[in-house]
Amino acid sequence: MSVIVDENSKIVVQGITGKEGAFHTNQMIEYGSKVVAGVTPGKGGQKFEEKVPIFNTVKDAVDATGANVSVVFVPPSFAADAVYEAADAGVETVVCITEGIPAKDMLKVYHFLKKKGTRMVGPNCPGVISPGKCKVGIMPAFIHKEGSVGVISRSGTLTYEAVHQLTQIGLGQSTCIGIGGDPVIGTRFIDALELFKNDKQTEAVVLIGEIGGTAEEEAAAWVKQYFNKPVVAFIAGQTAPPGKRMGHAGAIISGGKGTAAEKMKALKDAGIAVCESPAVIGQTVKKVLGK
Amino acid sequence: MNIHEYQAKEILRKYGVAVPGGKVAFSAAEAEQAAKELGGNVFVVKAQIHAGGRGKGGGVKIAKSPAEARELAEKMLGMKLVTHQTGPEGKEVRKVLIEKGIDIARELYLGIVLDRSVSKLVIMASTEGGVEIEKVAAQTPEKIFKEYVEPEIGMQPFQARRLAFKLGLSGDQIKNATQFILALYKAFVDSDASLAEINPLVVTKAGEVLALDAKIGFDDNALYRHKDIAGMRDVHEEDPLEVEAHKHDLNYIKLDGNVGCMVNGAGLAMATMDIIKLAGGMPANFLDVGGGANVDTVRNGFHILLSDPHVKAVLVNIFGGIVRCDRVAKGIIEAAQSIEIKAPMVIRLEGTNAEEAAVLLKESGMNFEVANSLEDAAKKVVSLIR
Repeated sequence: MSVIVDENSKIVVQGITGKEGAFHTNQMIEYGSKVVAGVTPGKGGQKFEEKVPIFNTVKDAVDATGANVSVVFVPPSFAADAVYEAADAGVETVVCITEGIPAKDMLKVYHFLKKKGTRMVGPNCPGVISPGKCKVGIMPAFIHKEGSVGVISRSGTLTYEAVHQLTQIGLGQSTCIGIGGDPVIGTRFIDALELFKNDKQTEAVVLIGEIGGTAEEEAAAWVKQYFNKPVVAFIAGQTAPPGKRMGHAGAIISGGKGTAAEKMKALKDAGIAVCESPAVIGQTVKKVLGK
Repeated sequence: MNIHEYQAKEILRKYGVAVPGGKVAFSAAEAEQAAKELGGNVFVVKAQIHAGGRGKGGGVKIAKSPAEARELAEKMLGMKLVTHQTGPEGKEVRKVLIEKGIDIARELYLGIVLDRSVSKLVIMASTEGGVEIEKVAAQTPEKIFKEYVEPEIGMQPFQARRLAFKLGLSGDQIKNATQFILALYKAFVDSDASLAEINPLVVTKAGEVLALDAKIGFDDNALYRHKDIAGMRDVHEEDPLEVEAHKHDLNYIKLDGNVGCMVNGAGLAMATMDIIKLAGGMPANFLDVGGGANVDTVRNGFHILLSDPHVKAVLVNIFGGIVRCDRVAKGIIEAAQSIEIKAPMVIRLEGTNAEEAAVLLKESGMNFEVANSLEDAAKKVVSLIR
């Protein structure tokens, strides 16, 4: 198994002719992901590098190709519209890579998608990869290896660091989900943990959080009550000052809330193996798996 | 992005949120003139800096005449105001807000924030005005009343009324408070605010409901569609290096330590700061040069982090994915040739073409120490400052 994306995922790329969209479409195809369609309004009927048919609307793309996963590469001011369009066209999952979307726009998107029953991953995320099966996003594929560890993270390159450690130590991954660094995101830690709970391939989960919000605390409480697989966590920002936004829109300690210390304590209290250092994530997973 | 109280009140006034009559002044003479224009015989002179706790630090004073407002402004302008939020060095007062005095009957609290755990805006009201809301939440949470906004229909009048009744208001105060709350909500949503705090929200002896203080923060991601608000940015309130970094689209935040760091990606940048501390050092900054990390960003990044005189050693940590490490290494070498780098440097490049990169760095003949893991990098850089 694996979660969210697999060998049956048929991908439509929204913004396929943009610089980022084009580059990463090629990378995804190279990895073996089934990119069945692209969407750029006004370029319908053309082909992307003679490989992928382009459509004017997501609906056209879905009708013609049966695409069930969309990946969004459009600029921030058009991204909310792109996600609505994907949900309206009936795709099951929208992976929104775009960084810099106003929170107000995402609030509406979030609730619209809940009603539609469409899953959104992101925004402001590297995407989702089920190694050996399918990559939907911008992560470097070569650091991954198929296996039994699920990864959930609010970060990009820090996730690559953790995945790299896992692969180096011989531990492959079932699915790595970059849930995104924004305050309003479609898939939260708990949503991702629920998926991994029911995934037979996943034997352990790495949870990479950071300062800001209370998603890690909520995940800790949920794990304690419902999750039966070992979890290893790291929280970035132990040295971050209060009141400063640390790169990600959602990474800010405000009103004394959202500190790494609070999150680490909540996770530890839930029986989760919390790494103090980002350098020991891989070996800690190995330890909890008894390998 | 944050703005000054006087700017927040200008925005609120536009939306029909009741605020005291007031004018901003940049000099003592302007302060006197402002008081004259406002009229009356009680004025409040308020230092305008981006920090809370101004009253306790001597940044809020009462004047009984325009001449006294002038005297107070004279003393306040140019002073370094120290509050619990400014740090011991304080912040220079460059402008003051002159307001008409108010006959206060009650001090309340009103705030709007995004509740991330439910992805909804929440309006918070409390009978404990003038106190930090975090303290109220910790000590007497029953004194905070909340209304969640359904994104599809927005804040409804009944919700505002419900808060007004819970605050113990009566008669005309209910109508005034309801109007106030709805107008504040509209101002918040229209301007893409990320936080609004009216603390205190005051009820006057005449039953008016007014914003005695106002703090508004904005969603940086939405500033592109609010040029007027973006124009309210006051760079004097920010660290000069952070302002410089902003010009180059770099995410830089100055910290107190002496190990400068340059990293690609915000999460990895924070993790790098953390591991420096675990190794016994303290990070001098947060610097995310972005996923790309090309020659220009690397050069600008070095320039900024080395402008901090406290930096005694530098750690570069790049995880190459799509961006190739050998390219980054070339960027580092080029940048190091074009600007003077006195501080010793530890470089860790991992991911795509990391080995080629290590060779390039070693053969450059420059004073780089190459680390082979995150932990190794942190240990090496900390050993350099010992």
